[in-house]
Amino acid sequence: MPEPDAGQGGAPARLAARGLKSDLAGPFEMTLAAGACAAISGASGSGKSLFLRMIADLDPNQGEVRLDGVERSTFTPPEWRRRVPYVAAESGWWLDRAIDHFAPDKQAAARALAAALGLGDTQLEQPVLRLSTGEKQRLALIRGFVLEPRIILLDEPTGPLDPDSTALVEAHLKAMMTGGAAVLIVTHDPRQADRLGAAHYRMASRKLTRVTETVSA
Amino acid sequence: MNTISLTPSDLAIASSLLLFDAVLSVVLRLNLHRQLVWAGLRMVAQLVAVGFLLRWVFSMHHPALTVAVVVVMSLIAAREIAARPERKFKGWIGLWISGVGVAIATVVTVGLALTTAIRPQPWYDARYAIPLAGIVLGSVLNAGSLTLDTLLADARREKASIEAQLALGTPFRAAFAPLIRNSVRRGLLPIVNQMSAAGLITLPGIMTGQIIAGEDPIEAVKYQILLMFLLAGASGVAGLVIAGLASGHLTDGRQRLRLDRLR
Repeated sequence: MPEPDAGQGGAPARLAARGLKSDLAGPFEMTLAAGACAAISGASGSGKSLFLRMIADLDPNQGEVRLDGVERSTFTPPEWRRRVPYVAAESGWWLDRAIDHFAPDKQAAARALAAALGLGDTQLEQPVLRLSTGEKQRLALIRGFVLEPRIILLDEPTGPLDPDSTALVEAHLKAMMTGGAAVLIVTHDPRQADRLGAAHYRMASRKLTRVTETVSA
Repeated sequence: MNTISLTPSDLAIASSLLLFDAVLSVVLRLNLHRQLVWAGLRMVAQLVAVGFLLRWVFSMHHPALTVAVVVVMSLIAAREIAARPERKFKGWIGLWISGVGVAIATVVTVGLALTTAIRPQPWYDARYAIPLAGIVLGSVLNAGSLTLDTLLADARREKASIEAQLALGTPFRAAFAPLIRNSVRRGLLPIVNQMSAAGLITLPGIMTGQIIAGEDPIEAVKYQILLMFLLAGASGVAGLVIAGLASGHLTDGRQRLRLDRLR
């Protein structure tokens, strides 16, 4: 597994955040290589979500964020967010059925991913109102996965999931990483970070520190 | 004209109905009696003051005076619209948005009426311009406040779904369009109701007033039809402008949802 700080010499890092701050949190520094995973843990309200939202440019922020060496400001906001999708801890829905939330050309991929994550056509065709929190969470993740991003930002992606569904999601994340995608994940479960071979970070009082003593498996 | 003049005691008898509402509020614990009585007193004071003011303005025959009265009325309407949402814009943005909406809607519709249909001589004759602006502003107030209130409440309620769309690369404009549609639609409902009910369920105020004042019903109806069209246009323009400007202030150059701009 490449070190998260790799890429300083040769190819630029997949994601590099420098002096990223807002009125509420920061400044944050983080570098994430292609195919790598970083896991952030910390108490509620410590600023974990704020950090991901700042990278996704959903909250006002200053500082530098680069994707494969290209500065964020060179992308239009929709272009940036399509390349750096963020899946919030609380899933949001704006149409009746789950399948309607996918572009027509992404619906086949969505069905395949749904099957891989233990969901069927029933859940995709049902009104979102009738889905369980865990089903909605997996479908929200699939919305991000079908974009086939080179990096994805996940806020407690398996929080409401049972161990079986969690394992399916983690298996997909590992497959994405094998394919070269980077994963930045907020999780309360240190074992999940280890299972994903992630570099550990701790968020406390809106400051981010690398945890070095925990050795990845 | 065979108008029947009202005496103060006539009005005093009618005011007992308001007192009945207040007693009802106390008995049923609606907690509305203070507001009811206060609104009633305010209404009487406002109307009496306006009556004397209009009598004076009519006698002056000055365009600047007419315009000044309309501007003051518009500012009050704008302030009411900006004050209506539960969570308002911080600072002066709300007043600015509603002010622009009120101004455009009023100038367009009243201007149209004064230059085409009614054409008083001179155009600024306060006897036409001020009541016309007043009626239009009533509709603008209704449409504008419903539009703004709906838009801001929906934006807060739909935060998760709007940001989920933004986070996947949907442009803000696309993610926000359903909210704009819904708020403008909500703003137009009162005038749709008013037009559907006109003549069947209610006799509109202007028409009633003219008929009571001795006007021929057909003449009164023609005036009322003209007014309804003006009100429909004013409602649509006010809703559209206010929803457009407000949605612009709920986002920024990086297409974020800026609910932090609300109090």
